[in-house]
Amino acid sequence: MSGSYHLWLIPLLPLAGAAINGLLGRTRPRSFVSAVGVGSVSLACAYAFFTFLRFPWHAGDAYVERIAPWVVAGNLQIDFSLYLDPLSAVMVAVVTGVGLLIHIYSVGYMAHDPGYYRFFSYLNLFTFFMLTLVLAGNYLLMFVGWEGVGLCSYLLIGYWFTKKSAADAGKKAFIVNRVGDFGFTLAVISIYWMVGSLEFGQVFPAVASMPKETPMSAGPLTWICLLLLMGAAGKSAQLPLYVWLPDAMEGPTPVSALIHAATMVTAGVYMVARSSVLFTHAPLAMTAVAVVGAATALFAATIGVTQTDIKRVLAYSTISQLGYMFLACGVGAFGAGIFHLMTHAFFKALLFLGAGSVIHAIAGEQDMRKMGGLRQAIPWTYGTFLAAALAIAGIFPLSGFVSKDAILWKASPLGSPSGSWLYWLVGLATAGLTAFYVFRLFFLTFHGEPRSEAAHHAHESPRVMLAPLAVLAFLSVVGGFVGWPKALGGHDRFEAFLAPVFRLAEELAPAAHAAQEHAALEIGFSLLAVGVAALGIGLAWLLYVARPRLAERSAERLGALYRLVLNKYYVDEAYNFAIVRPLVVGSTRLLWRAIDVGVIDAAVDGVAQGARNIGGSARRLQSGNIRSYAGWVLAGAVLVVSFMTFLWAK
Amino acid sequence: MTVPISWYLILSAVLFVMGVAGFLFKRNIITIFMSIELMLNAVNLSFVAFSYVLRQLSGQVFVFFVMVVAAAEAAVGLAIIIVVFRNRESLNVDDIELMKF
Amino acid sequence: MDKVLFLIFAGIAVGAAANLLRSRHPIHSALSLIGVMGALAVLYLLLGAEFIAAVQVIVYAGAIMVLFVFTIMLLNAGAEVPTSGSMLARYLGIPLLALLLLQLVRLLLGQYPPDQASSFGTFVGPTEKIGRLLFTQYLLPFEVTSVLILVAVMGAVVLAGRKP
Repeated sequence: MSGSYHLWLIPLLPLAGAAINGLLGRTRPRSFVSAVGVGSVSLACAYAFFTFLRFPWHAGDAYVERIAPWVVAGNLQIDFSLYLDPLSAVMVAVVTGVGLLIHIYSVGYMAHDPGYYRFFSYLNLFTFFMLTLVLAGNYLLMFVGWEGVGLCSYLLIGYWFTKKSAADAGKKAFIVNRVGDFGFTLAVISIYWMVGSLEFGQVFPAVASMPKETPMSAGPLTWICLLLLMGAAGKSAQLPLYVWLPDAMEGPTPVSALIHAATMVTAGVYMVARSSVLFTHAPLAMTAVAVVGAATALFAATIGVTQTDIKRVLAYSTISQLGYMFLACGVGAFGAGIFHLMTHAFFKALLFLGAGSVIHAIAGEQDMRKMGGLRQAIPWTYGTFLAAALAIAGIFPLSGFVSKDAILWKASPLGSPSGSWLYWLVGLATAGLTAFYVFRLFFLTFHGEPRSEAAHHAHESPRVMLAPLAVLAFLSVVGGFVGWPKALGGHDRFEAFLAPVFRLAEELAPAAHAAQEHAALEIGFSLLAVGVAALGIGLAWLLYVARPRLAERSAERLGALYRLVLNKYYVDEAYNFAIVRPLVVGSTRLLWRAIDVGVIDAAVDGVAQGARNIGGSARRLQSGNIRSYAGWVLAGAVLVVSFMTFLWAK
Repeated sequence: MTVPISWYLILSAVLFVMGVAGFLFKRNIITIFMSIELMLNAVNLSFVAFSYVLRQLSGQVFVFFVMVVAAAEAAVGLAIIIVVFRNRESLNVDDIELMKF
Repeated sequence: MDKVLFLIFAGIAVGAAANLLRSRHPIHSALSLIGVMGALAVLYLLLGAEFIAAVQVIVYAGAIMVLFVFTIMLLNAGAEVPTSGSMLARYLGIPLLALLLLQLVRLLLGQYPPDQASSFGTFVGPTEKIGRLLFTQYLLPFEVTSVLILVAVMGAVVLAGRKP
């Protein structure tokens, strides 16, 4: 690679923005804070795209930029190194591009918030950490970004920290993430122990030369990948570590859009894709990834059907769509997974921002049962939201259709050797459920009669909020064209672009090229998927527009089952009972009362009390009474004389 | 007939102990002072006895000095007692306990 | 003969000392002390220290004890009134004193077994020798003690002469 591309500018520009806003922003006017916050990200975005235009992609190798040595301890050598290849380029484009749109949107959404500067500072800080994560050239630097986005997520979820539910949600996110991070840390240590380095440029070729482990045995690589999966499941909210994401909706809506839809939660998918070489060498772990993804997708979709808070529905939808991405990676279709990551960023961010627009329009109400009939009042929001809803439902020819179909095809046995009909069925069912709950949300929010005072007086959002919506809507519609499949006449350009990244991995999974023979079947599958989606939309129309009372009666007739799903299968309650409460009780009774107060404090207090007691008794010697003094003197004298007698007697 | 020298010394010890006893158990401050003089006398006796045993006159010279110092001490001590009596109207040693905790 | 003399006057000394302890009135204690001093003077004579015996009677019994008696008279000290003082001294004191006496006796008997005796006549030296020692070898302490007496006199005058 000739020339230096100064990749370090890309993460550092938002960091500078965060520092400026954090330190100086409190006393500056809103315009200053917005300029710095939005400006830093737009500069990073512009520079990134400028670099990508110059970069020689055909050369095939990744570009490693070694900035400075970091850890030099004996044999261990870790550098601050940045890594640019098609995968990280896609991630950088998504993070800076969608991030920029969300920053612009926040100027309008958070305009009346007193902590304006703090919000932008945190948002920029998050962008810095996320860019570090995706541009990192070794696992340790990636972990720094990993932890950093977790921290920013905590700060931003609990942004309105005076509200107890928000503070609790922030804590919950951080702690559940920590469980996953524990797995990640162990995996990083194990990788170092196995390979002797953490740099991608050294780990991947080393692992590629190792023998592939069998699906039934669990060798060291399998363990490493399972631990990596644990970390990814925590960050990307998969079973069983997904419980923090619905609670994370306590944060402001732009936060939900950026962190919990488009970027941070996708870090797990990115990490799995980045470690594709390791995973393909451990088929058992791949199966685990696929199973986790598929199960989560279906599970979350079922919960999304019943929720009444507009943001909660979208949260479960995110969990479900992330499951799709994991499923794709699990069957070896890393390219398809990343493609869905990108399109999902477009339409999910748009859905969240649109929901934010709705919430802004009806003065803070988030319960869908109190919405309705907003179609006329906020037409721009309505239009863009519709685009996003069609995209996520997978309707031809929007972006979601292309990416989801690619995954469904690859999940089946026809698309890849590790696929199975079970995966495909689960994916198809989830697609139907997705269409259903998204349009349930859509119809409840925008159609019908206004069901509350606020809904009556809804007003459209300002242009600074609508502009990003429009851009995202455009991307949601046309975003699929870059990856139009060969079966439908395209050139699979996106996957071809990403192919060099997964070359080492796919040397073991060469089945992806077999798609050409089954073109007709692929088209058939697509039609089936669209049909299922249309069915879902139709059912939603029936239950929520045409015959609203039918919905209530079905809910009643399903009774216990409905309540089970409505209460999210009581998973939170189970965790609380089995894990949280014993920990809290144990900490309070044992660690705090018994040990800290009873032993440590008591020891310290005991020493002080002992000194006081000794002093208290010793002072009685000073009685002022001459005779007692004489008595003591006599005692001393007798002692000395006895001692001397004793010595003399010897 | 000769007197074993240890008898003198034991007598000195007995007188000394009695002086200490007086110091400990008497209440009148002047009596306590007199016990101190008794102690000094006992010590004088033992000095003289040692001077005889060791065939040195230094013992007797030292007795001389002890007596001088005892005189000085008695003078000043009694003056102090007079002053204390003037302030406290009591010669009971238990009443003089200002220097306590 | 020496033994008898010794025993008589030792007995007087101890008896007087016991009376000093027993008396309630300080004047009785003072007179007992004078008796002790007299007995001790005789014992000094038995040991051949005639100068010391004389000084004992003249200075100790004749001056210091007179001072005591005068003070007792001046202060009009009455009989002792039993008060609650330090009980500790009483309970701890007696055993301690017994212990002390025992130790001392043991020590002394060990150092000077009864065969080492004194006899009247084999004395150390005449008074003239004491005088010589005082003005040659012990000149400095002699001078210092004279200053000491001066200071004591001044102190006593200042202290006792101050009117309230």
